[in-house]
Amino acid sequence: MALDCKHVWREISNYIDGDLDPSVLASMEKHLAHCRHCAAILDSTRNIVYLIADERTFALPSGFSERLHARLESELENSGPDNGVYSSW
Amino acid sequence: MDGQPLTEAEMISRIVAGERELFHALIKSCERAVFLTAYSVLKSEADAEEVVQEAALKAYKALGSFRGEAKFSTWLVKITLNEARMRLRRSRSESEISLQEFTDDGDSDYTPAVLTDWREIPSEALDRKELREVLQRALDELPEMYREVLISRDVREMNIQETAHLLGISEGMVKTRLFRARLMMQKMLAPELRMQGWKGTKG
Repeated sequence: MALDCKHVWREISNYIDGDLDPSVLASMEKHLAHCRHCAAILDSTRNIVYLIADERTFALPSGFSERLHARLESELENSGPDNGVYSSW
Repeated sequence: MDGQPLTEAEMISRIVAGERELFHALIKSCERAVFLTAYSVLKSEADAEEVVQEAALKAYKALGSFRGEAKFSTWLVKITLNEARMRLRRSRSESEISLQEFTDDGDSDYTPAVLTDWREIPSEALDRKELREVLQRALDELPEMYREVLISRDVREMNIQETAHLLGISEGMVKTRLFRARLMMQKMLAPELRMQGWKGTKG
């Protein structure tokens, strides 16, 4: 099965996740070997996925943890857990 | 005490029995997950932080009803997501909500930025604040439904099934939204990142 560029773009995300049927995978690799546009789109997309997965990209705001625990400390002092069900669960 | 670390279930029953200081330890391991979840909806660090605090307090209040069918972190993340969505709905006008809902999952094409080559940006380049900000801004530009999926899958690195369960959508929908979110990110970022020549130097 020959794939055109548009079809390849639709499958790039599944390709990155290793979530493709073997026949689609083979067609895609064949296309990528000959199409520098699609190869560059794949490389750039994969690179961006790696960069956003890095913990440095989305770190907790400075002081987040301290403020959270200070708030818990002050509010937990006045109350205990009860048997109330969380209403949206 | 025999020195063994407490299991999650043991910790929870002791908190419910009155050892409230153990709640801090229970929350500690899920802080990043809950923050990112709230941020994925609200795209404001300050709002996300407030929502996390509220969600943690609600979880504490309701801890007696937690039955341990899911992990505590999964439960807390779900509470956080609900709280964040409620806050977003309150802050938005009705017309904006309906617009957002109508943009969902049509069969429109998502075209990437077309390039002929790509020079890889090494992860050391993330030491540079400008690069982190460029990535964060692009994520903020995504419509909410795509941002939620992208943060779950690519930032929190949850699998497809966990993402579908958290967001209340099908696994097929997770894949569709993820494909579009990733291509939108590529379209926004690739031309910009390509011009910069990011090196691993600090700045």
